[in-house]
Amino acid sequence: MHTLTTLMSAGVPAVVGTDTLAPASETVRAGVLLVAPLLVGLPLLSAAVLLLAGRRSDRWGHWLGVLASAASFVVAAIVFVTMLQRSADSRVIDVSLGTWIDAGAFQLDAGMRLDPLSMTFVLLVTFVGTLIHVYAVAYMDHDVDRRRFFAYLNLFVAAMLILVLADSYLLLFVGWEGVGLASYLLIGFWNYNTEYAVAAKKAFVANRIGDLGLIIALGIMFATFGAVDFGTVLSGADGGASEGTLTAIGLMLLLAACGKSAQFPLQSWLGDAMAGPTPVSALIHAATMVTAGVYLIVRSAPLFDAAPTAQLVVVIVGAITLLFGAIVGCAKDDIKKALAASTMSQIGYMILAAGLGPVGYAFAIFHLITHGFFKAGMFLGAGSVMHGMDDQVNMRRFGGLARYMTITWLTFMAGWLAIIGIPPFSGFFSKDKIIEAAFVPVDGAPWRAWVFGAVTMLAAGITAFYMSRLFFMTFEGERRWSTKRDGSAQHPHESPKLMTWPMIVLAVGSVGLGFFLNSGGRFVEWLEPVLGHAEHEEPVLPIWVITVLTLALVLLGVVIAWRRYAVSQVPVVPPVGTALTRAARVDLYQDSVNDIALVEPGQALTRSLVYADRTVIDGTVTGVGLSTVLLGGWVRRLQTGFVRSYAASMLLGLVVLVVVVLLVQS
Amino acid sequence: MTEFVAPTVDWAALSPVVIVLLAAVVGVLVEAFVPARARRTVQLTLAVAALAGAVIAVAALWNGVEASGGTVVLGGSLLVDGPTLVLQATIALLALVSLLIIADRTETGEDAFAPNAAAVPGSDYEELARRKGVQQTEIYPLVLFATGGMLIFPATGDLLTLFVALEVLSLPLYLLTGMARRRRLLSQEASMKYFLLGAFSSALLLFGIALVYGYSGSLRYSEISEATQVPGGMDGLLLVGSVLILSGLLFKVGAVPFHTWTPDVYQGAPTPITGFMAACTKAAAFGALLRVVYTMLPGMAWDLGVLLWTVAILTMVVGTVAALVQTDMKRVLGYSSIAHAGFILTGIIALNEAGIVAVLFYLLVYGAATVGAFGIVWLVRERAGRPDDPEGNGPVLGEATHLSQWAGLGRTHPLLALTFALFLLSFAGIPLTAGFAGKFSVFSAAVEGGAWPLALIGVLASSVAVFFYVRIIVLMFFTEPAGAQDEGTGPSSLAPSAEGFALGGDSAVAVEAEPVVQARSTVSTTVVGTEGLAVVAIAVCALVTIVLGVFPSPVLDLIASVATFLA
Repeated sequence: MHTLTTLMSAGVPAVVGTDTLAPASETVRAGVLLVAPLLVGLPLLSAAVLLLAGRRSDRWGHWLGVLASAASFVVAAIVFVTMLQRSADSRVIDVSLGTWIDAGAFQLDAGMRLDPLSMTFVLLVTFVGTLIHVYAVAYMDHDVDRRRFFAYLNLFVAAMLILVLADSYLLLFVGWEGVGLASYLLIGFWNYNTEYAVAAKKAFVANRIGDLGLIIALGIMFATFGAVDFGTVLSGADGGASEGTLTAIGLMLLLAACGKSAQFPLQSWLGDAMAGPTPVSALIHAATMVTAGVYLIVRSAPLFDAAPTAQLVVVIVGAITLLFGAIVGCAKDDIKKALAASTMSQIGYMILAAGLGPVGYAFAIFHLITHGFFKAGMFLGAGSVMHGMDDQVNMRRFGGLARYMTITWLTFMAGWLAIIGIPPFSGFFSKDKIIEAAFVPVDGAPWRAWVFGAVTMLAAGITAFYMSRLFFMTFEGERRWSTKRDGSAQHPHESPKLMTWPMIVLAVGSVGLGFFLNSGGRFVEWLEPVLGHAEHEEPVLPIWVITVLTLALVLLGVVIAWRRYAVSQVPVVPPVGTALTRAARVDLYQDSVNDIALVEPGQALTRSLVYADRTVIDGTVTGVGLSTVLLGGWVRRLQTGFVRSYAASMLLGLVVLVVVVLLVQS
Repeated sequence: MTEFVAPTVDWAALSPVVIVLLAAVVGVLVEAFVPARARRTVQLTLAVAALAGAVIAVAALWNGVEASGGTVVLGGSLLVDGPTLVLQATIALLALVSLLIIADRTETGEDAFAPNAAAVPGSDYEELARRKGVQQTEIYPLVLFATGGMLIFPATGDLLTLFVALEVLSLPLYLLTGMARRRRLLSQEASMKYFLLGAFSSALLLFGIALVYGYSGSLRYSEISEATQVPGGMDGLLLVGSVLILSGLLFKVGAVPFHTWTPDVYQGAPTPITGFMAACTKAAAFGALLRVVYTMLPGMAWDLGVLLWTVAILTMVVGTVAALVQTDMKRVLGYSSIAHAGFILTGIIALNEAGIVAVLFYLLVYGAATVGAFGIVWLVRERAGRPDDPEGNGPVLGEATHLSQWAGLGRTHPLLALTFALFLLSFAGIPLTAGFAGKFSVFSAAVEGGAWPLALIGVLASSVAVFFYVRIIVLMFFTEPAGAQDEGTGPSSLAPSAEGFALGGDSAVAVEAEPVVQARSTVSTTVVGTEGLAVVAIAVCALVTIVLGVFPSPVLDLIASVATFLA
């Protein structure tokens, strides 16, 4: 607690010092909200301490990591309560941190934007983050580098909070890169395994492509609006720029979102990212970081509202990824990769909802929150299963585990029921809203409501199938256990309390959070100061029809899965399967497509560039160098050292100059 | 018979020059009357006070000149206007910094100068003087006389004063060049060459003055300028005369084809004097050239343009190319100064106000880096060792000027090497050093003045020049020090040309006078400890190089506020 006190006293004056700055419309100058910078500062400091202290902090380092994350959550709760006490229309607050960049025409203040949208994320990140920190203390118990792991986790939390708290696209970009870095470090945490290191690199490269989009978007914003802060850009979007420009910005932001959120066509890295330790998969690659793309689009809502073409592309990308992930999820036997495919698909829901415009923004975030809980819970459950099964991830080697790990089974069941959308579990409320919103007709394009509505509904059925398949293969049916790596028999056991309690808390969220946030439109109303009030619009089908149809599809999916994976025997060796199954197993040939479309031409280009560099460039440089040296040798021979020849050369030069001048003159 | 009317003299406007020349005269008296023990202290104090006084005098004149545009002094012989003041301030400041290096002595009390310049090199008499610790304190008045001439040179209003100023600044330099403590024959050879070629160029200048006088009937720039506007039948006279005058001035700045003296003299002269000469002479001579081109010959811009273009291109190319193959540090810096003369010429050819500002600024930043660089060259010495113990702490010898001797200096003396690298980067024109701001301003002035091909060649030459500057940096930081034993076998991989190790590269008479030369194989490189004046000077130069690199605009604005010649 001593550390915390010191930090409090150290952090606050930094903010007070900004009093002299020109006040923004709702810049906070005093009061409890000034603790906001601690949100980022605490985990960042902890990460620095853990990385700098090195092995000396091995014994207590993980607890410092947990403490930093928990303290950050406490600060978040304080800010949240303070915000609740304010009236709804004064809940958008800027905390200025001083001038960041002052370069001629470009001036930018660094600041934090505290509003319901960013606070939603802050609470999610710090709360789920803290639970996962606690879980990781036990999960990483035997790892010699546990302290470094917590340092990276803290770094991630800090970067993610910068991302969501930034008040400008540039500061957001800092967080964006920070989470990318943390993700890279954590996927490759066990980098002595080459395959994992390659996976980390793949994630890094795919993210760079997305980042390029964000950089270009920043460039266009600066060229168009002369600024990159949310205030100027978003208010300028309405009439301040041509629709073409806004579409370009929107598409570039979408590219960034695709990279970070594993959306089509940049989705291929997420499956491989499961190489990271399971808590990482739960925190970064399920609950928080991968949803940053959704945040980016929702944050940029005014831009997208003014660029319908970009919005349509967003919806299409979401829809494609939604089906893509669902299909891939049906064929994966690796429990974490199946969950990863499901994450991809669920984020497809969110992106799709974000692309629908005002009717969808709030539900995109709603689903994001509930998904954060149930998906993180299921990942932790998967980790718990792996923990009890000697790091086995092949679901064909599970089966009948419900009896041996009751808590894991029950918490996982909560997550499963939530994600397939069984009322009254969380996912039902959030997903149902998105499906409804997808059915809302769009002026001038009646096909959209039917196509996207059908896609979301169909995907709900497929989701029910593959999640039930996962659940049944793992916990129900007969035992198909292999021996341990050392040859002894498997003895599945429940995980220690440090692991089960976070799972229980998340399971509670999976069960009740959706109902709680949905009742009385509580969550939508909370977000209204940021996203504005969206009039309820009638879908093309009556709502009860949509709900019933969806539930019917979901039940169908569950039943099919029950018959195939719980009642009948699951083969230990995967059957050949249909062409679609085989394709889904290899991510629908995404890697092959990437190889052919990007990697091969890229390598060919690189090879030819290297060749050109060696022969043409180096040749030219060497040639110029050599000829210059030759020339220099010649000049040097003129420099004989004899004063008479110096004088002669001067005279000769003079005569030549006189002649030249006279010639030119005449 | 007309009555003689004493001209009224505006002594205030003359004060910078008067202070320095007066101090020089007093310095001569000090030599005569002050006891030998106290002479150095007195001379040094006097010289520092005089140069600082000159700077203060310039500062005192500044506001008046800025408001009035300038004063005509001595009936038009001297013009105290904005460019004059800027150049006088630059020269006085650079001379002051140079003086600190000139005056500095090693821990053993040795300065850079021969104990008795009149002694025959290698004679018993010289050895006696060395043992007695005699010092040639005449260098201080000589430096002051030279500085006085330099202060007049850019302020002249007629050709005769121009000539007188040229001689006043040159003669002391000829002497100073021949006074090196080490390698005295090389030094005396350089002095002789400088004197002969200098006399030659003075003759050219004088002949040109005569021809121009014959054409225009006047020696005043303004009157000559008027005469050139009127069509006459003797254009040949004017043209040849102008070419000769320009040649005399181009000799002083070291522009091709009048550059041949530069490497030999830079190498032979005592290193602190080389720095002084390279920085201050260049500033004075370019100031004079600027004034002649802008106020005397503007009517002939078209006719003489081809000359200046040719000279500028040749200078940039020859300076850069020749520097590539040098193996001696002082010669590298010598050729680099030739290349810089070419860059400055592009600013002069611009023929606009931006050109004036750019040239004045460039002279300041180039001068600061040059004085600092030569100061460091003076500190990097050879140290004799015993054959069995090459690293032994034998006596400190002369400057370790061969490039190979600088290998690994970055590891043994990181701060010094870093500072030297800073100066080199400034020469190369890397951003955030003053050299970049200087190059940028001359080239942009040239482009503005329509001389974009020159700017293009300048940029290309700069990029080639980066090669040899960076080569030295690489040498200092990333090359293993050549073992002392290898010292005699030559710089196999260091220099692109492997034309042997003969010190002085292309000098035919590179005679080593000192007995230590025989012990070459056991010589190591060291950095000599001094009384500290040089370190202060180098630090000031480095500071100027950084500050003017990061914030050039205040100084550029200051210069721009007065950058108009008095017609």
